Amino acid sequence: MRPKLINRLLLAPAGIWFLAMLVLPLAVVLVFSFGERGQSGGYVPAFTFAQYLNLPARWKAFENTLTLAPVGTLIVLLIAYPLAYFLALRANPKWRTLLLILVIVPFWTSILIRSYAWIFILGGRGIPALLDMLGLHNLRLINTPFAVLVGIVYGYLPLMVFPIFVSLERLDKRLLEASADLGSPPWRSFLQITLPLSLPGMATGCMLVFILLMGEFLIPAMLGGGKVFFVGNALVDLFLQSRNWAFGSAVAVALVVVMLVTVTIYMRAMTRWGNGRDDVSLM
Amino acid sequence: MHSTAYPQAPASDQNPIAEFRAASKHYGEVVAADAISLSIMPGEFLSFLGPSGCGKTTALRMLAGFEAPTSGEMLLDGVRVNDLPPHKRPVNMVFQHYALFPHMNVADNISYGLRQQRPKPAAAFVAQKVAETLERVRLPGFDTRRIWEMSGGQQQRVALARALINQPKILLLDEPMAALDRKLRREMQIELQSLQRALGITFVLVTHDQEEALSMSDRICIMRAGRIVQIGAPRDLYDAPNSRYVADFVGKSNFFEGTLSSVSGLMGAVDLPTGPGRGRLGQDVAVGRKVSLSVRPEQIYLSPTGGAFAVQVRNRIFLGEHTEYLVNNPSLGDFLVLVSRQTEATLGAFDPGQDAFADWTPEAALILNND
Repeated sequence: MRPKLINRLLLAPAGIWFLAMLVLPLAVVLVFSFGERGQSGGYVPAFTFAQYLNLPARWKAFENTLTLAPVGTLIVLLIAYPLAYFLALRANPKWRTLLLILVIVPFWTSILIRSYAWIFILGGRGIPALLDMLGLHNLRLINTPFAVLVGIVYGYLPLMVFPIFVSLERLDKRLLEASADLGSPPWRSFLQITLPLSLPGMATGCMLVFILLMGEFLIPAMLGGGKVFFVGNALVDLFLQSRNWAFGSAVAVALVVVMLVTVTIYMRAMTRWGNGRDDVSLM
Repeated sequence: MHSTAYPQAPASDQNPIAEFRAASKHYGEVVAADAISLSIMPGEFLSFLGPSGCGKTTALRMLAGFEAPTSGEMLLDGVRVNDLPPHKRPVNMVFQHYALFPHMNVADNISYGLRQQRPKPAAAFVAQKVAETLERVRLPGFDTRRIWEMSGGQQQRVALARALINQPKILLLDEPMAALDRKLRREMQIELQSLQRALGITFVLVTHDQEEALSMSDRICIMRAGRIVQIGAPRDLYDAPNSRYVADFVGKSNFFEGTLSSVSGLMGAVDLPTGPGRGRLGQDVAVGRKVSLSVRPEQIYLSPTGGAFAVQVRNRIFLGEHTEYLVNNPSLGDFLVLVSRQTEATLGAFDPGQDAFADWTPEAALILNND
């Protein structure tokens, strides 16, 4: 067979999947977003911007998503970096694999079950009860942004740890020796060598966590208890509860647009920052 | 400044710039360096030579401060530095694969050492030093180049410039030319040597390449299994190796084994299968012991007409200025003979299969213990 034909055949499954699972649904959502809600819910074909004009009604969901997703990503990064650093550069190689497995172990159980655990821990009979005994009364943790952030950190930590771990592990240790040899104390070697060379891992991790967080609905649903809700929760509500498919579609389109814009800005910034550096391929 | 040669005893009016005092390094059961004692004199070019795992790199790393001796002492300029971290030592290193910082351009790599000084030197001073150093390693105008845009030879110069900018008291070179091709390596050797003479800095080189060590060093320190076997000027090591190991490692040598039958003065005789073979005593040997008669291939004559040993030519390798013959004597076995172009011009070349005679003078043979 000619190579071109082989290439096409090899690409066909992925192409069909891409069309059927991504392009087609997005096109449907886009069409729906210009329609209207039917009498008993669902969708009635129309061409109106009414759904988009109604978007401010869900402003709070966007606000929560656009604050908690970046803040969550940042906190995850701040916790994941020292952990990845320890695993890659300080931990005894004998134990490294075991420790890495421990980082993923939580993934072996459903996030649903793990969130229930957090509901209990943060709920009235959990940490607040303990604090009550210590004299700190009427502290509410569950159904607050704090609870949602705890859930985010807990659920997304491994996704951030691994890319950073890989970039730190690949770091040529002799670069640190060279740095020390040239007169740099360890902490300055970290700032001048280790940190910049692990940026690609950080960038990848942040990207992964941020994109997934933008679409998150389970953690806010469980730990935010309807008080702290994301765009994802608004969508579930619109499609499944109030059956307003047209408005739901408009919200979904708006979320995709917001995501595209933020991710593009992020990528631009990162590429400009890493421009001309062979070691920094950011995605 | 650059003294020509001080084989064993360095000039006594100078204090050593670095000193190993029975310095050992153990990694658990493994002894990487075994009670190394050595004085390095200011301005000299000293090489650690030996096969991999002989402890030469460990010795260099103790000098740099990457390894602390398990026992014994490490001194720099007369001060004990066993536990002084690398960033506080006045020595700099050219790493084996250069270890250049990939996220910095050439100028930032070179100025790294300067920029670590506190208080920070002025930017104008740094720029001037970078330009000077680039000039010195013949890379002017390469400041903004990226590391990966440069050839192996250029990267090596950057590594050298980076290590020189802080004007170290000792420049450490860890197999710096291992990654270069032969021709470039030769050029770099000459350049390193002239640089060392111009700067007057003490150079300590680690290499497994005997040719490199022989051509560049004032003194060579031959190592084996964590120990120093022999220290001396290149010519002394070549002409008067103190063991079969050194004779084998430095240059090529033929070894004819036999029992030492008699000793008279500085000469001795070995019972070879072909009869007694006379030679100089190369080390402490005892009559009755199994020894080797070591003869360099270039010290053996090959003649079509006459000589002590009848041989048959087995193989001929053309080496340019020399021809290397592998010859066989029924009793002595195979050995190598190096014939120069001039000799070949008068005697003619020998063909494989041809019968000939080999011989050497007793002064060219060295009697060494079998170890």
